[in-house]
Amino acid sequence: MTATSHHSTPVVARPAAISARGWGWRHAGRARPAVRALDLDIRPGERVLLLGPSGAGKSTLLHALAGVLGDVNDDGEAGDSDESGSLLVDGAYPREQRGRAGLMQQDPETQVVLSRVGDDVAFGAENLAVPRDAIWARVHEALDDVGLCHLPLDHPTSALSGGQKQRLALAGILAMRPGLILLDEPTANLDPAGVLEVRDAVARCLDKTGATLLVVEHRVSVWKDLVDRIVVLQPGSATDGAVLLDGPPDQVLADARAMLTAAGVWVPGYVPETRLRAGSPARGTGNLLIAAEKLAVSRERPRRSGFRKLPPVPVQEDIAAQVRAGQALTVTGPNGAGKSTFALTLAGLLEPVDGAVSATTDLSRGAGIDPYKWKAEQLIERIGTVFQEPEHQFVTGKVLDELLFGPRHLGHGKERVDELLERLRLTHLVDANPYTLSGGEKRRLSVATVLAAHPQVLVLDEPTFGQDANTWAELASFLSELLDAGTAVVSVTHDAEFTAALGGTELRLVPAEPVAP
Amino acid sequence: MRQELNLRGSQALLNRANPLSKFAAVFLITAVLALSIDWVSASVALVFELLLFPLAGLTLTLLWQRGWPLIIAAAIGGWSTSILAPDSGRTLIDVGIWTMSEGSLELGVGFMLRGLAIALPAVLLMSCTDPTDLADALAQKARLPHRFVLGTLAAMRLVGLMAEEWQAIGMARRARGVGSRGSVLQRVKATLGQSFGLLVQAIRRASRLAITMEARGFGGGPRTWARESTYSALDAWVLAGGVVMAAAAVVAAVALGTWNMVWLGS
Repeated sequence: MTATSHHSTPVVARPAAISARGWGWRHAGRARPAVRALDLDIRPGERVLLLGPSGAGKSTLLHALAGVLGDVNDDGEAGDSDESGSLLVDGAYPREQRGRAGLMQQDPETQVVLSRVGDDVAFGAENLAVPRDAIWARVHEALDDVGLCHLPLDHPTSALSGGQKQRLALAGILAMRPGLILLDEPTANLDPAGVLEVRDAVARCLDKTGATLLVVEHRVSVWKDLVDRIVVLQPGSATDGAVLLDGPPDQVLADARAMLTAAGVWVPGYVPETRLRAGSPARGTGNLLIAAEKLAVSRERPRRSGFRKLPPVPVQEDIAAQVRAGQALTVTGPNGAGKSTFALTLAGLLEPVDGAVSATTDLSRGAGIDPYKWKAEQLIERIGTVFQEPEHQFVTGKVLDELLFGPRHLGHGKERVDELLERLRLTHLVDANPYTLSGGEKRRLSVATVLAAHPQVLVLDEPTFGQDANTWAELASFLSELLDAGTAVVSVTHDAEFTAALGGTELRLVPAEPVAP
Repeated sequence: MRQELNLRGSQALLNRANPLSKFAAVFLITAVLALSIDWVSASVALVFELLLFPLAGLTLTLLWQRGWPLIIAAAIGGWSTSILAPDSGRTLIDVGIWTMSEGSLELGVGFMLRGLAIALPAVLLMSCTDPTDLADALAQKARLPHRFVLGTLAAMRLVGLMAEEWQAIGMARRARGVGSRGSVLQRVKATLGQSFGLLVQAIRRASRLAITMEARGFGGGPRTWARESTYSALDAWVLAGGVVMAAAAVVAAVALGTWNMVWLGS
């Protein structure tokens, strides 16, 4: 411990070296290994971007290096999982070196441990038994490094934005003074501003500490200039090793551009081709289906104060919008502007705080003017909503049952289901459990399940978040087909390319109050 | 809920006391009140408690907002005791099978006051104790295992998230055609399905959080504490206050002859 030296000179940890020799790992209960025959050397201080298709074992490798993999018991024996070869950090097992590596995962909510900013940053250092005074010096320094030093130490972590939460997690990692920083899709759940926030904070911290970096991310352009090496992994086999390509970023991207784009990697400067709309109808044409007037929205329900009911404070007010058949409406704007809340209100899932959402007779077909008051069965054949988190919408244990669920409730046949399975490439997965699918497959399934009920209006909340380029292109093309067939598509998105691909009207919402930096 | 649990900015005096001394004082008072059903000891304790509320940063409005279910429960308990308890003395109300007499009314009022006097300290304690401070005190002073205490504290943070998730899953399921409105049976089925969805999400979140904690070195080894949980002179006052309140309640009740040990019968 460095109890005496902390006040003057900050201690910078020695960067870590990684060495894998024929390393493999099979998770408990799985038939196929997640990683097989990995040979890889990373020198101290190197910054490496790890690419590869889903199923190549990128996350498994990061978890192993962080020493949190599997169910090893006290005797060092793995439970039902299986390890082969060796994976060493500075020549020792990662599990035996607490605090040598810091890991950041994708979901910001689970990267925060405690409810006050200061405590959360201190958590790792406390666990490493750093003396009290030294902890606070480290906390201040780490918050400074990630650009959060303007926050008081007792600031509630629940009040932070996604980007701030990830920067806080980085501060918590830095306070442990690790020699190796592991980032597992750290920006997949963030808006464009949050992505840059986190990337820049990582860059500053690496320049300062010189730590070794291993980052997994689909969006190459974000990390390309920060790393000095790209390693492309593949699902290993008996004949081939797990490393497909390895070299300086420009060289790997030039040599393997075609292969990487085919694998759905977001290579810099590459926008996947999507189907163009057959005829782009003029604005304001197409039958009016839903109109929103003077709409105020909020996710909160009326608050109960004793016996009184107080209406919630709207996150956005005075919205006017029209949804027309065969027309795309994209809702854009920064975080906190109430985009998703607006879309969910438009979709009949939230009650308007003020103003009205009215369905025209073309859409309501006798069900009444207010979509919020429709029964669930009435709703799904009129307005279909695809949530940002596909798992929230799974209601059965099998892909085929998921697709049949809507039509069955409506008393329809399964013709449309077969067509959707085919079109969204889910046919080979009909018997799989929806929760076990990859991210792209889950997204495709969630779109298919909602469309199986044949809604006239499709509402999508951030459909392209965290998706690889292939799923992205498929989705955009598929939606353009739907639009041509006369479906109205409302999407909430941060994705400018996606907005451009769909065309139509853009509704930009800005936060009611200025957001804190 | 999360806002109400967040005590940041509250400068109330009792916030600064160690949670363990507050616990001890509250335990002392409620233990004494649990011994006897009489209106004197309960009223004395209740008066003291109401006087203490400003020290915990509580107003009557806040008290009502946080404690109304307890207050209503105490009132219902008192009402039913006064009409159902064996009658004695003059009859006040007689509506068929329901009768209220002076004796049963006294018992009912005693019951209600006692319920309030026992429940309010809990509201008071919750209002001036931050969960993080409580965890610090439990792990450092009461020497409970830190794995358990910190695990619980981290999990509690997820409870607020779960409330948001519950709402999201409810909407997502409605968008799939699962109605949460309709007959009782339909509602029960919808709630069960939604609970399962929430359980799945809770387990996934919890395992990701566990990985985050483990990756930050959380485990069995020795650890230090960034904030020390300490006792101060204030804690002596808190304890002394608890003793004085408990004693005053007993002395007043014994002096007025209403002390009535529950297990000895009346």
